[in-house]
Amino acid sequence: MSEQPNVAVDGIDPMQEERWEFRSYVWGAGIALLLTVVPFALVHWGGLPRLPILIVIGVFALVQILVHFRCFLHISFAHKREDLQLILFSALLLTIMVAGTVWIMASLALRMAMPAS
Amino acid sequence: MSREAAKYPGLNLSSAHGKDHEAAESLMFGFWVFLMSDAILFGMVFATYVTSVHATAGGPGPYQLYDIKSIFVETLLLLASSFTFGMASLTLKYKHSTPRLVGWLAATLILGVAFLCFELHDFSTMFAKGGVPSRSGFLSAFFDLVPLHGLHVTGGCVWLICLVGQIARYGLDTKTKLGIMRLALFWHFLDIVWIAIFSVVYLAGLT
Repeated sequence: MSEQPNVAVDGIDPMQEERWEFRSYVWGAGIALLLTVVPFALVHWGGLPRLPILIVIGVFALVQILVHFRCFLHISFAHKREDLQLILFSALLLTIMVAGTVWIMASLALRMAMPAS
Repeated sequence: MSREAAKYPGLNLSSAHGKDHEAAESLMFGFWVFLMSDAILFGMVFATYVTSVHATAGGPGPYQLYDIKSIFVETLLLLASSFTFGMASLTLKYKHSTPRLVGWLAATLILGVAFLCFELHDFSTMFAKGGVPSRSGFLSAFFDLVPLHGLHVTGGCVWLICLVGQIARYGLDTKTKLGIMRLALFWHFLDIVWIAIFSVVYLAGLT
């Protein structure tokens, strides 16, 4: 590349920063792998009753989503406030619309004696 | 993460990239707004799936149709492709050689295409077992949700090929760099949607 090479800005050593960010990707992938393998193994080899397995799947999925946000999308509290507010607002909309839909449709199924959801 | 304050989602180019770093701020924010609205679209399709998961109308259900081994392989392929795209982002940020950048992008593309091949194979197996979209409400909802993600991955692969073409034609100018950075957000976002799909659709379906 023809541009000037990376130079230290404000006393930050780019080499060190690169190692740091590389390690963040490796850790992210490693933790994500672990959080993937455990629920797959639980479902494949079974043994546990249904409800605890569902809880483990849900919790592991949420934690893995947070790990991806942190390590791959590099979202942290050092971010601009607008970015974080947008994420929170989207999460709020998702929760209201998805939880509301599931709740209303499950209640409808129950009252109309349709196959339960 | 970086000790410079992050200006936008994704791996931030440092101020060593000068005007490219400045130009990225509004573009990346705009693309992030699109991704959040896309997340809400996916959320509603998930809600549709969850509410119709028992509406099998006597047709085949999750136990007959889902293959956990194939889904596991697909999950590993997507996770690996997220990692290789991360390596591409680092190569871009720290100005390593362009062939190295293209190499990581090509690895990502191969993993993405392999994912799509496994997914298409899954769908054809389901079709062979009578699991077609018109069979039941459950299958309509399934083929609304999972191929929607597959379509996004296909779009990402096409975008990636276009970007490699732009690198070959124009080199790493501001537009190409910002294209790669937005595709990185898109790609990592699709991996997050896949976490929700394998958890809600496949694992919960097979429990």
